[in-house]
Amino acid sequence: MSDIALPAATPRRAAPSRLRMPPGILWQAALLIAVLGLGWWLWGNVQANMAKRGLELGFGFLERSAGIPIGEAMIEYTPASSYGRALTVGLLNTLRVAVIGCILCTILGIALGIARLSTNPLLRGLVGGYIEVVRNTPLVLQLVFWHAVILGLPPVRQAIELLPGVFVSQRGMKIPVLVADARMWALLAALAVGAIAWWWLLRRERARQVATGDRRSTLLPGLGLLVSLPVLAVLSVGAPAVEWPELMGFNFQGGVTLSPEFVALLVGLVVYTAAFVAEIVRSGIQSVHKGQWEAAQALGLHRGRIMRLVILPQALRVIIPPMTSQFLNLTKNSSLAVVIGYPDLVSVANTSINQTGQAIEVIAIFMAVYLIISLATSAAMNLYNRSVQIQER
Amino acid sequence: MALAPTIPFATRAGAFLRACLDGPVNIAITLGCIGLLAWALPPLLDWAVFRAVWNGDANACREAGGACWAFVREKFWFSIFGLYPYEERWRPATMLVILIAMVLVTMQRRFWNRWLFVAWLVAAPIMLILLAGGVFGLTPVATRLWGGLTITGVIAVYGVALGYPLAMLLALGRRSEMVLVRWFSTALIECVRGVPLISLLFMAAIMLPLFLPDGVTLDRLVRILIAYTLFTAAYMAEVIRGGLQAMPRGQYEAADALGLSWWRKMRLVILPQALTITIPAQVNTFIGLFKDTTLVVVVGIFDFFTTLRAALGDPKWLGFPTEAYLFAAFVYFILCFAMSRYSQRLETELRPAGAR
Repeated sequence: MSDIALPAATPRRAAPSRLRMPPGILWQAALLIAVLGLGWWLWGNVQANMAKRGLELGFGFLERSAGIPIGEAMIEYTPASSYGRALTVGLLNTLRVAVIGCILCTILGIALGIARLSTNPLLRGLVGGYIEVVRNTPLVLQLVFWHAVILGLPPVRQAIELLPGVFVSQRGMKIPVLVADARMWALLAALAVGAIAWWWLLRRERARQVATGDRRSTLLPGLGLLVSLPVLAVLSVGAPAVEWPELMGFNFQGGVTLSPEFVALLVGLVVYTAAFVAEIVRSGIQSVHKGQWEAAQALGLHRGRIMRLVILPQALRVIIPPMTSQFLNLTKNSSLAVVIGYPDLVSVANTSINQTGQAIEVIAIFMAVYLIISLATSAAMNLYNRSVQIQER
Repeated sequence: MALAPTIPFATRAGAFLRACLDGPVNIAITLGCIGLLAWALPPLLDWAVFRAVWNGDANACREAGGACWAFVREKFWFSIFGLYPYEERWRPATMLVILIAMVLVTMQRRFWNRWLFVAWLVAAPIMLILLAGGVFGLTPVATRLWGGLTITGVIAVYGVALGYPLAMLLALGRRSEMVLVRWFSTALIECVRGVPLISLLFMAAIMLPLFLPDGVTLDRLVRILIAYTLFTAAYMAEVIRGGLQAMPRGQYEAADALGLSWWRKMRLVILPQALTITIPAQVNTFIGLFKDTTLVVVVGIFDFFTTLRAALGDPKWLGFPTEAYLFAAFVYFILCFAMSRYSQRLETELRPAGAR
């Protein structure tokens, strides 16, 4: 050891600075000046360019009539509506596909992730093949493929009935819908009250179990409430009417229409993201130590209960954080709608830019919207994440 | 690695059957899987193989009623080179050969030294000169004529080559003690990661010209590359940051104790280790970024997939989109699957000896 010459401490480094300067003050100053300088230069260019094109910076154009034809809108919209309204329609369309997509891809992904761990080699192999194929091909390609598949379906008059009342044809999908009247709201309210009552029962019983060690199932009373309340509602005000799609002449009457673009986008996003979710679920379950299975088996629990009571609560801790980023990915990927012509936010924004030339404002709007969606999703998932984390005493 | 003991076929087949037929639920699952395969496979095979047409023209395809692989054969070179002038096709071809050779060399761990870096520094401009021309007596070819797999390669390779150093700076910046540097890096990374790549591409295509002074124009491909580079940098930066955070504190303290300056500490001690442990994650990120090159379709650049889609419009070959999409999917699948297998292999190889 004595052979190694230690570098002599340089006095410059050793002497502590009296003034406690922030670290790297010169670097920081240089960065600040560079960023501000760049910003100032860009801003100058923008103003010169806008002036040359006879445009003015500002959000006044949002009030002007847009003249963009949008095929599907969740709020009232005509081509005469303003740009602001067109962008809102786009945003709602993005949110619609993102929310439904997140729910469906979670369900499908969990099912696939568990199937991937099945003891049956055939099932395992099939699911594995699906996951590899979907994960290793670009989403754009898959969306275009699904769009082509739907456009290749039979025409409306030979629509395929997937489930009773659910028709698919090259014009998209038709599903039955509840008529929104007092009877529907009564039924929904009864369902909600039943669910909340069950949840409250569950909490009370859990507190009781912690306090006394006595365990009682809430399944029967809970289920009873959940069923009896809606039944009561139906008996008192009548069953809500269901509007079934019916083939009349050349098209369907009644029910809700889902456009081919929406269906293609939704199917594409769900199929794609579910493969990633499945891998997350699989690795989450595998991350739970084998000893946990063995300990639970030694306690005499059977397979289903081991999964529900021992494995899943621990796996969730590993699963939630990457799930958040998958939900965000799905939302961001929904912007690929522009490739197949679904009027989402980016697609409407793109048309608005082409028509008005107000590129900066429109891009600022949708960047802000996506940032807000991202942050809100992260925040919500972080809240949920906190509730499944280990509660250390 | 010890050889796995050879298990006789009969034993393995027996184990497979037992696993398939163990219990009523399993039997039901097995029957369901077999039913699915029996429903899907025969028509698929019939279409893709038995009734497929490998040679001939569109009429022969329509008569046979199967897959028209002749269409893919006909358009194969178009999907590689796009609209690049026919007599100059040797240039993108050479470029692709160099690119593939470089990638294959880079995948070998024994070449991971500074000469590899130098080789890339030499190869990158050569490839660009080959494509663009204008010097050494090569005819200039405008970037709007570039297309096909060539441009997919250009975007992926240059995006990563330019984005990677930026990613390292951003990752270091986000972990810096300097407040302004940290804020700036974090803001850039989060803003880029928070929005879809499509919006960045639109921004580069539509908005960037507004930010340039009068008379200065950037080629569209260059603008797209800027957006893609930023995107790559932001995603790679997060991967590298993970590696930096995984470094034990002792490594930083030991480097400080040796009296190394900040840059030398990072260059000699921290980064080599942080980058090495994140290589599998980097490859996975790269797979995602590579798949995302297909998004340039929205700004009118003809990459591999878009070129194939454009080929569908050939009036002589109308009506074979499925074949084109399957071929594109097949090519992307082979490339991405190979990369993901490679990353899995690296993961086992790079694991520190103690962790095995």
